[in-house]
Amino acid sequence: MDSALIPNGVKRCSIGQFAVWIAINGAILLWGVWALLLIYFKGLNQTNMTNAYGFALWIWADLAVIALGGGAFFTGLLRYIIGKDELKHIINYAVLIGFVCYSSALLILAIDVGQPLRAWFIFWHANVHSMLTEVAFCLTCYFGVLTIEYIPLILENRQLNRVPFFHHLAHNMHHIMALFAATGAFLSFFHQGSLGGVTGVLYGRPFGFRTGLLVWPWTFFLYTWSAAACGPCFTIFITRITEMATGKKLVKDNVIDLLAKIAGWMLATYMVAKIIDTWYWAAVTAPSMGFTLMDFYSNNPGSAYGIWILIAEILVCGVLPAVLLLMPSLRRNPSVLFAAVTLAVLGACLNRWVMVLQMQAAPVLSFEPWFTYFPSWQEVATTILPVAYGVILISLSYRYLPIFPQEPELNPIEGGK
Amino acid sequence: MDQHNGSNKKFGMVIDLDKCTGCGACMVACMAENNVPVREDETNKMLSLHWMRVYRLTNGKPFPQSEECFLPRPCQHCEGHHGHSPCVSVCPATATDYDMHTGIVSQIPTRCFGCRYCMAACPYHVRQFNWWDPVWPDGMERMLNPNVSVRMRGIVEKCSFCYHRYQIAKDKAYAEGRRELQEGEYQTACTQACPAGAILFGDLNNPKHAVARIAQPDPAREGKSRNPNAFRLLERLGTNPKIYYLSTREWVRKAGDTEVRKPEKA
Repeated sequence: MDSALIPNGVKRCSIGQFAVWIAINGAILLWGVWALLLIYFKGLNQTNMTNAYGFALWIWADLAVIALGGGAFFTGLLRYIIGKDELKHIINYAVLIGFVCYSSALLILAIDVGQPLRAWFIFWHANVHSMLTEVAFCLTCYFGVLTIEYIPLILENRQLNRVPFFHHLAHNMHHIMALFAATGAFLSFFHQGSLGGVTGVLYGRPFGFRTGLLVWPWTFFLYTWSAAACGPCFTIFITRITEMATGKKLVKDNVIDLLAKIAGWMLATYMVAKIIDTWYWAAVTAPSMGFTLMDFYSNNPGSAYGIWILIAEILVCGVLPAVLLLMPSLRRNPSVLFAAVTLAVLGACLNRWVMVLQMQAAPVLSFEPWFTYFPSWQEVATTILPVAYGVILISLSYRYLPIFPQEPELNPIEGGK
Repeated sequence: MDQHNGSNKKFGMVIDLDKCTGCGACMVACMAENNVPVREDETNKMLSLHWMRVYRLTNGKPFPQSEECFLPRPCQHCEGHHGHSPCVSVCPATATDYDMHTGIVSQIPTRCFGCRYCMAACPYHVRQFNWWDPVWPDGMERMLNPNVSVRMRGIVEKCSFCYHRYQIAKDKAYAEGRRELQEGEYQTACTQACPAGAILFGDLNNPKHAVARIAQPDPAREGKSRNPNAFRLLERLGTNPKIYYLSTREWVRKAGDTEVRKPEKA
């Protein structure tokens, strides 16, 4: 029924199968929309946030998806600016994943604020000293860049591309994409960094506070670095998931191997910086504020924030995947590669989790307890909502757009186009 | 503000913890004065709105050595380093401000859009969120203070040192041809309500005011008190708050700062 829309040279499942898949994800999406409406009409009392937990699941999800969406800017930088030409075979997908991540982040932010109708105040009454202001401006601008990068992909749909104007527009946009890639990298450096600065500047919160360079705490640089390391890992992770879901090989091994190698180097250097930062924070910064390292990791309910979480983040989800990605023989094993990128993705998520949640859970006043939090179903549903949206957008894009340029070559169709 | 007299004020408090009985009159007075709403179910204090909250501290020792202390906690109106209070610079919409002329950290309810970054920044939990729209029991809306706006759902609020009282006192003084306020002309509701006289309020920069004489802030050390019985909460973090607590009990003073984080154990 929709065969005229499907790209040449590739095979897709039947429209019925596809409709069922979209319906399942659509149902999940609608569940999220229901929760969203409850939150909009009844307020943030629908969440389990408290005055101790002003930031919770949503802000974590926001920081996590932006870090993981970093694959778009970093792959773009590698492809268009540094000239790693092989990556042209995965850049489309990196852009699409980035687009999903950043649009999700904006959606979550729109749910998260207590007075959504005043959200524009962040631009109108902007406080230039606030890290969130920089995040809002750069995030919005970069989402614009990602949209510009995604448009030519849409215009390459078989039917749209028949329209001469769209054909030429897509062609010309491809020609100037290096400019947008450079702009995207510039904007990403600042908003990824500012997200790190969000907790890094909080000198009233010794768990999150870091010293730094001029007005930028060290977390500013660490967040950008980790996004450049874990973003490409997420691109590989989602590519592998897509390959499993479709039962097809979509990107050649040499492309994945190059991206994995670069991600490995980024992750390894990031871990060196992260370990130095953690040591300096534990040995110098926190003690200067009257805290020992173990104050942040002990006596909390159920050891939810025990020292295990630091070990898990740095060793299991940091050093280990870096080693796996740096060793050619290991990363060329598909299972090891998948494990490595999964761990790296979990590491970025865990880092954002502790910087948002543990930062607020750890008591600062000596007579206050650890604060606990478990999200309400409305928070969970609205956090899953963007995942369902992402699955739907990726599914539609995969079905109707030439996302994977190597797919026809890797999956030739006998006797057909 | 006060540009006519050319001198900056630094309003602050001295709270004598040895006098505080924990009666909660300061909390009630604050809520009545500032139109802070209450809900039927206030069991979760982390969902409650309390511009002033009284904490109960214990020394952790068994009877008969056990001691307790009640600690009233309004907004600390941190000055930080040159007005860089923890919560002010983080607000993306400039909905809060450090007034260099009064030392008061303001909150503009109509500007706040509820991102709650300031709440994450404040280590004292003085910034609280309106999780619900305020609902007043029938007839109680007629008891609201007309000098203070009620706040709506979805925004952050906090203690303002009853700033409206400062404005009213200044208007009255100006009408009478005066530029300076007497110490008693601007007092917060909690100060006036305290039956034990545990709370003093005034200008820390004015040596004639009781708060300055008792707190003895040292300007060379960002306001650190020269009174051996005085301390400020979490002074070590560099928040430079303007609430000075007094206690002759060492364990109470230690509980207030991060130098020794836990009250003495048995």
